[in-house]
Amino acid sequence: MLGILRQKVNAGGSPLLAFGQRIRPALSAWRGYSSAAKEMTVRDALNTALDEEMSADPKVFLMGEEVGEYQGAYKITKGLLDKYGPERVLDTPITEAGFTGIGVGAAYHGLKPVIEFMTFNFSMQAIDHIINSAAKSNYMSAGQISVPIVFRGPNGAASGVGAQHSHCYAVWYASCPGLKVLAPYSSEDARGLLKAAIRDPDPVVFLENELLYGETFPVSAEVLDSSFCLPIGKAKIEKEGKDVTITAFSKMVGYALKAAEILAKDGISAEVINLRSIRPLDRNTINASVRKTNRLVTVEEGFPQHGVGAEICASVVEESFGYLDAPVERIAGADVPMPYAANLERLAVPQVDDIVRAAKRACYRSVSLAAAA
Amino acid sequence: MILGRAFEDMCAQMYYRGKMFGFVHLYNGQEAVSTGFIKLLKREDSVVSTYRDHVHALSKGVPARAVMSELFGKTTGCCRGQGGSMHMFSKEHNLIGGFAFIGEGIPVATGAAFSSKYRREVLKEADCDHVTLAFFGDGTCNNGQFFECLNMAALWKLPIVFVVENNLWAIGMSHMRATSDPEIWKKGPAFGMPGVHVDGMDVLKVREVAKEAIGRARRGEGPTLVECETYRFRGHSLADPDELRDPAEKAHYAARDPITALKKYMIENSLASEAELKAIEKKIDEVVEDAVEFADESPLPSRSQLLENVFADPRGFGIGPDGRYRCEDPKFTEGTAHV
Repeated sequence: MLGILRQKVNAGGSPLLAFGQRIRPALSAWRGYSSAAKEMTVRDALNTALDEEMSADPKVFLMGEEVGEYQGAYKITKGLLDKYGPERVLDTPITEAGFTGIGVGAAYHGLKPVIEFMTFNFSMQAIDHIINSAAKSNYMSAGQISVPIVFRGPNGAASGVGAQHSHCYAVWYASCPGLKVLAPYSSEDARGLLKAAIRDPDPVVFLENELLYGETFPVSAEVLDSSFCLPIGKAKIEKEGKDVTITAFSKMVGYALKAAEILAKDGISAEVINLRSIRPLDRNTINASVRKTNRLVTVEEGFPQHGVGAEICASVVEESFGYLDAPVERIAGADVPMPYAANLERLAVPQVDDIVRAAKRACYRSVSLAAAA
Repeated sequence: MILGRAFEDMCAQMYYRGKMFGFVHLYNGQEAVSTGFIKLLKREDSVVSTYRDHVHALSKGVPARAVMSELFGKTTGCCRGQGGSMHMFSKEHNLIGGFAFIGEGIPVATGAAFSSKYRREVLKEADCDHVTLAFFGDGTCNNGQFFECLNMAALWKLPIVFVVENNLWAIGMSHMRATSDPEIWKKGPAFGMPGVHVDGMDVLKVREVAKEAIGRARRGEGPTLVECETYRFRGHSLADPDELRDPAEKAHYAARDPITALKKYMIENSLASEAELKAIEKKIDEVVEDAVEFADESPLPSRSQLLENVFADPRGFGIGPDGRYRCEDPKFTEGTAHV
């Protein structure tokens, strides 16, 4: 899809408008929620977080492809150009290396850039600046040059966009000291973590998910408050349970919660941990949960080798080995570039059934027995 | 210029004596560019350099002691020994790096220039007229980031000067063999900015061009691309056997040594006497000797420094068992995992 979008961008003209109009109905006027209903889409959560932080601090500015006049390729920056002007919402040419480096340079001088990648796949063009110019400068300069910058955009598999546009970069960035890597799931996460990222004095990689943008979540009054902020490095227990721990981040949290519902019908009480932060990783919450449930299933959409699950597994083996009653189950994307065909694509990413099956294995409950029960 | 030359010669000695290590890229021969440009700057103006950054640091006012100490990997270095030869930073002097990769510094410099414009126009700091100089070589001018930033700097009229130190060689790749049109300055007008070619072995000519380009940037009239034709008198780095460059070419440029030329000019125009120039050299030698002595006697970074400065925020390593933010890492290197 993004490939098509890019072609349209290059071609210019009416297809852009058509795309924009097609998207628009999905947008809700967020202000409508604050008084009556307590619901919000992830898209609005991100949009309001950006809006509030820009309003609170004139040093915050947005930069990226199509963030301004086009209102964002996924409409995350909708309305911000009108409100803050072209000096603070900068439409760039298609030059990831260039504008990412410019953002980093501006952050060296105390500005607080929020760099949007149309998708994180394009951040590969700019990874040198994320790693070498942003993550390492505070250390290399012995603390003289801090880099308060946010790199954000949709990450991971979308739908039907093939191998180059369907890649989870969580572990790429999470393996690098000097970066913080966040992955929101719900609207609460999106608001609280994006605001925390913008306020943070260090470079933050903020991994969104395209398929979650239009999803609606309940939000409390506290979450809607402009002072709302979540701590970086703290996971959230989305659902308490006692038989098996399931860790997940981003879209997979929703899958894990669905799996937990199914497991409950079979008498298995699953605890679902929404990691929220991939780096720093909340090892305490994970280990405390495993010490309680004695079983662990990790879930991620990215590739299995050297993945987030592998790191969590290592942490649990190091710290809670004696508490484990079953081998750790690791659910990840298939170890192949993402296929295009819809049936293959479905096979290449974890499904709810995969999580259910793994959790049952960890609880020594065979699928057939469960079905009989 | 003389400080730059003497400093780099001393670096070579210290490198061969094992006092400094890794890659060390020396600036000999190119001094007129650094001096011609950087000495026109105010402290608030920024300089972004490459891996060949020692002399840019010195020109910007970073003390020789701090640069030498950094090269020795000592805690008194300008980055406490955490940066090294290719990564000189000094916030105080607005030297914002030493970048080790080709083209990497250009966007960062463009971002620094962007921040000057932003501070003036958005944050309403009316007196913010700071200029950024981006230094890089001929090899970089074939890299995409160069073109991306020429475009955006011109598009947004940023206060920056792109200074190409064309020393004709990218390690062992001749500029003539690497570039379709070797006249780099011509790429400026292609992006709607002035492009200027100057003899980079003549500090007075460089200074003249630099004055105009920096003034233009400071007045808010946008960027300039300046190509300084220069030459490095040593290999690419101290590890480079330098076998590909023609001895006749080396001799040709050696005869145009910018320091010798300036001395001759000063004496011919009665601006200084031979004795005065000798005195300057002697004074500089003392500064460099002092820097070496200082660096040699300085302490190595302590073990505790290993984990410092990874994040500006001490909470960067996450939340500890007590629910509070941790200030150190999980000690993976010790083979245990006490979080």
